[in-house]
Amino acid sequence: MNEAALLLEATKMAKKFDSVVALKAASLQVRPGEVHGLMGSNGAGKSTLVKIITGVYPADGGQIFVKGVIRSFRSPAEARRAGIVSVYQDPALVPDLTVAQNMRLAGASVDAVRKWLTELGIVRLDFSLLVRDLPDPTLRLIDLARALAWEPAVLLLDEITASLPADLSEQIYAMVKHWRQRGNAVIFISHRMAEVSALCDRATVLRDGVTAGVTERAHGSEERIVALMLGAETARAVASGPSTHAGGSRPDDAEPALEVRGLRCSPLVNEVSFKLYSGEVLGMVALEGQGQEELFDCIAGSRRYGEGAILAHGKELRLRHPADAIAAGIVLVPANRLLALLQQRPIPENIGLPAFGGIRNWGPIKSRDERARVESSIERLRIDTRAGSELRRLSGGNQQKVVIARWLASGFDILLCFDPTRGIDIGTKRQIYALVREIAAEGSAVLLFTSELTEIALACDRAIVLFGGRVVAEMPVSQADEATLLRSAHGLSPSAEAS
Amino acid sequence: MTAPAALNIRLTKRLQRSLRRDPGLFFMPALLIVSFAITVAIHPQFSDFDLQSLAMGALPLAFAAAAQTVVVIAGGIDLSVGSMMAVANVLAASLMEKASFGQSLLLALAVLIGGAGIGALNGLIVVISRIPDVVATLTSGFIWGGVALLILEKPGGGAPQEFLNLGTGTLFTPWLPNALVLLAAAVGVIWIPLRRSKLGLQLYAVGSDRIAAFRSGVNIDRTRFAAYLFSGLFSAVGGVGFTMTTGIGAPLAGVYYTLSGLAAVVVGGVSLAGGRGGMLGPVLAAFVLTLIPTDLIFLNIDPNFGQVIQGTLIVVIVMIGGFVDMERSRK
Repeated sequence: MNEAALLLEATKMAKKFDSVVALKAASLQVRPGEVHGLMGSNGAGKSTLVKIITGVYPADGGQIFVKGVIRSFRSPAEARRAGIVSVYQDPALVPDLTVAQNMRLAGASVDAVRKWLTELGIVRLDFSLLVRDLPDPTLRLIDLARALAWEPAVLLLDEITASLPADLSEQIYAMVKHWRQRGNAVIFISHRMAEVSALCDRATVLRDGVTAGVTERAHGSEERIVALMLGAETARAVASGPSTHAGGSRPDDAEPALEVRGLRCSPLVNEVSFKLYSGEVLGMVALEGQGQEELFDCIAGSRRYGEGAILAHGKELRLRHPADAIAAGIVLVPANRLLALLQQRPIPENIGLPAFGGIRNWGPIKSRDERARVESSIERLRIDTRAGSELRRLSGGNQQKVVIARWLASGFDILLCFDPTRGIDIGTKRQIYALVREIAAEGSAVLLFTSELTEIALACDRAIVLFGGRVVAEMPVSQADEATLLRSAHGLSPSAEAS
Repeated sequence: MTAPAALNIRLTKRLQRSLRRDPGLFFMPALLIVSFAITVAIHPQFSDFDLQSLAMGALPLAFAAAAQTVVVIAGGIDLSVGSMMAVANVLAASLMEKASFGQSLLLALAVLIGGAGIGALNGLIVVISRIPDVVATLTSGFIWGGVALLILEKPGGGAPQEFLNLGTGTLFTPWLPNALVLLAAAVGVIWIPLRRSKLGLQLYAVGSDRIAAFRSGVNIDRTRFAAYLFSGLFSAVGGVGFTMTTGIGAPLAGVYYTLSGLAAVVVGGVSLAGGRGGMLGPVLAAFVLTLIPTDLIFLNIDPNFGQVIQGTLIVVIVMIGGFVDMERSRK
């Protein structure tokens, strides 16, 4: 392909956020008159790539060419002037301004926006309404109409259909096709495989911040995309993994340690039910935004739920506060370690904190008792304390161990782990899997959400898949190969055979 | 449907909408009327003179509130408002002491420009150094407080009588104090064009959601800088106004206005989280906050006890505002 004929080209884009590598070498080539899919599992770097191309973040490495000319944008406004406009995952509209004011703020013509909104099926929108008073789907369409009003040569849509009802999604497909016909390019990011294969002419697949491959529209491209998303390495990791654990053999009538019945928590959790037994690790898999965060928050007591019940050992719980959940023996290792830890304080204090949270523990702390408990858990987890006593000096993996250690020190019955190995090196990951297995072997129940599908085989007994706020699949670990999990997580039927 | 009826419906709709958007817009006038009614009830001989002294007393506070409002709307805070007022006040009083009326007007203009400059400096510090705005403006407040003392060690200075008459006299009728006209004119001339400009929109946008504003193409740093510049300008107007109404420069008087101005902002329905509220609320709140101690004096209440009552009233008013807001967001 002639280089000059490309509308947009990004080569070897790299980006680091502190120590987390979001992009290593992502490349993307977009031709005029095509809809280009951008695929990849959670954390593969799709959104980061979009934000670098449109000037939200500066790149650490790589080059961007627009119509063959090297460019770099310092703000979305600059990218817009070069004909590159993005509709981001969350609407870029200011909540306290009216729709009309938002258009004026961004320098978009109200008439043009109204015209595109009409084409998108929204007639007679009152532009003097405040953005905060409008429903989310409408905001997405306004955002899209505003993007179209700038007549971009390259339109980037980052998961625009993720939270839209089917009829509005149809409108968007029609608009995307229309935009392609006018000789422009659309970069379309979506987790919905069916959507991508129906709409996109080609697709670039990212994996771990690297372009894993580009597919042309052809028969079986869905399977090829799944294969590219998984990669060859993960297959090897599974083969060499220490999956020595026995895996669920328990009587069906046993009482579950944790049972969630018909839980609803608007807007993302729509009736989730599952059971978790003592001595097992239940893996949970979902794409971003399928309600998993809200679900964990509900069980951990930091979010109120509308309907449904959470039972521990057959007893219904009233969770109003994380302290209630902790009192019931339910503890959380959150995705963001920074939320759980006191960065400026020494390790022993971090580990000892929950043990001294209750009012009955007020008064002087028995320092010898504390030290003994803390030291035994540090030893057990092999936390590397050489880096110093302040927590923030520890590596990510060691910080994560501190979060687990504090619960070991204070005791628990049910452990909720939300993506505990995100951004952690492979050696520490192994230690954490082993620890999770050990905790289950000692009789506790573990619920493990993970965005890395390999972890299911490495650490879990059973797996459930969440999609659209519901449990759509449940399987023993022997059947939970990555292709099956990934298909279920994309809302495809899990039984379809990979070719 | 007849044309006037349609117009009427449209007006009602607009009124409803602006009520929803900015409850302070209607809450504050109501509160001010109530406070007036109470004042007249406990002090039936309320005269034109009382109104004049109220207007003069509220003038600096109203400008302090206006200065703070611009920054708070943009999602920041300015704890140097009082010190900037003090600098403007002593600068005006010491420079104008022997000036003619014409010269004093020019000097006033120069002081206003200087105030805007000080505000701009604040803005630069906040935007470039990335020091949190609370810290940056608190410390710069100490600096300018010291500068005010360097300019005028103790209360003194003065201004030509014609200049003072601008602040203390009345217009047309003794019931329309010049101070009130001055306040309305200054706030109107600075705020209304600003509010309607693109910059005004950007101030609200940056205060409401900085990321969304950035993605909409707003230059965040420039907008925040402008907010502090206008804060300095309003503070300087307040300082010059203080000179006008009192006839002297008082280097330590400004300290009081930082926090009571902030109280007026909050009472006036401007969200400290940014992006919400208007200018009318805080300015009217300045009058309410000036009326409360006046009423307590009329009632012959021990001034120390009066402060407790005043604080309690502020908390209650802000709480009511908070409940109204909560009710609104629940819908």
